[in-house]
Amino acid sequence: MRKTYFIVSFVLFWILISPSSLMAGEGEGGAESENREAHGKEHFNTAGLVAHHTSDSHDYLVELPFFHKTIHLPVILWTKNGLSIFSSARFQGDNEGKVVVNDDKGNRLVRKHEIIYYADKIEGMEHPSLMDYSLRPLDFSITRNVLAIFFVFLLLSITLYYARKAYENPKRLPKGVAAVLEPIILFIRDDIAKENIGKHYEKYMPYLLTVFFFILYSNLIGLIPFAPFGHNLTGNILITFVLAAIALVVILASSNKHYWKHIFTPPVPKLIWIVMVPVEIAGIFIKPFALMVRLFANILAGHTMMISLVALIFIFESAKWGIVSGIFVVFMSFIELLVAFLQAYIFTVLTAVFIGLALEEGHEEEHAAEGSIQATR
Amino acid sequence: MEVLAGIGPGLAVIGAGLAVIGAGIGIGKIGGMATEAMARQPEFAGKIQGAMLITAAMVEGVALFAVIVALIK
Repeated sequence: MRKTYFIVSFVLFWILISPSSLMAGEGEGGAESENREAHGKEHFNTAGLVAHHTSDSHDYLVELPFFHKTIHLPVILWTKNGLSIFSSARFQGDNEGKVVVNDDKGNRLVRKHEIIYYADKIEGMEHPSLMDYSLRPLDFSITRNVLAIFFVFLLLSITLYYARKAYENPKRLPKGVAAVLEPIILFIRDDIAKENIGKHYEKYMPYLLTVFFFILYSNLIGLIPFAPFGHNLTGNILITFVLAAIALVVILASSNKHYWKHIFTPPVPKLIWIVMVPVEIAGIFIKPFALMVRLFANILAGHTMMISLVALIFIFESAKWGIVSGIFVVFMSFIELLVAFLQAYIFTVLTAVFIGLALEEGHEEEHAAEGSIQATR
Repeated sequence: MEVLAGIGPGLAVIGAGLAVIGAGIGIGKIGGMATEAMARQPEFAGKIQGAMLITAAMVEGVALFAVIVALIK
């Protein structure tokens, strides 16, 4: 039973993320070597490099020392003529809308800045609209980021499975993975859930733990700069959007009548309701919106900083800058390691705070508590 | 018009700098106040630290909104 829930929620998560995951692909697309060739010596395209490394793509470029290989991931489209599946190799690395792919359903497709359009519809358009789904098919492709989500899922399953095994003998102290994870899980239970949600905290523990570990693992694999790690997962606004949307659903699902009473009939004079009620209604959506942007901006800013520091070597075209940028990158990596844990903590604790607010009982005792605080001041 | 096109990115950089100043003042004040509070009441250090982190994250979040605006301008 639990397994079924697990599979269904996983599939739903994937479906939610996939179609939109390509909307963020505003990157330049071309590999950095291409940029260098095109621009010659005059100008090193740092913005293009950053965009290429932080955006999602259909091709997964595996870059290891002495090993370079492009893995062409499958393209899964829901077109006007039905489901269409083919390899992204058929685009031949093109990202400018030049190579036309004729799939077996009779569609003519082109790829422009990592987004697949109908070739006939966007002819002559410089910047076709992303939101216009008459111009492009629904894209359910297993892109680089989707692959990264599978990878995080795999890592989480393995580590948590081994952590669970340590508790099979209740007389022995947990060791190995469990000894690392137990303090974190206890911290989430005691300092995040119990503190902020209150007595019904147990119901929310699976959700909070899942969110915490998913964000933590995603942040951490973004810090390891070689394959199969090195994905910009939580630095993609669509993934944080899905996380925030789930948080909104959980908050609204746990809300009680006091929560809604506080929004629609706040305890202030009726004339101020004209201002208060719209602000309170906006507040419902601003809370998850802030969660979404905070996580996305923190991780993206970290990755951008890191790539820009490495790009210093190429901007100044001198190996000496390698020492400077090396020191800075090591320093930044330590900060990013802190940020990886901190952002996972902040997301979880704020979700818990919002759930706690939605669960809060009655006003009387709340105001009494406020009064006592003011009295002690 | 060409002059204006050059001004745009420059203004974005200045905006990002202003946002960093604001966030710096904010986080500095939070950190200073929190250490002061912890020195006064060491027994509540854990709670103060938690509150400090959450508030700092909020300030930082607002600053990062500005950074994102400067990035996409």
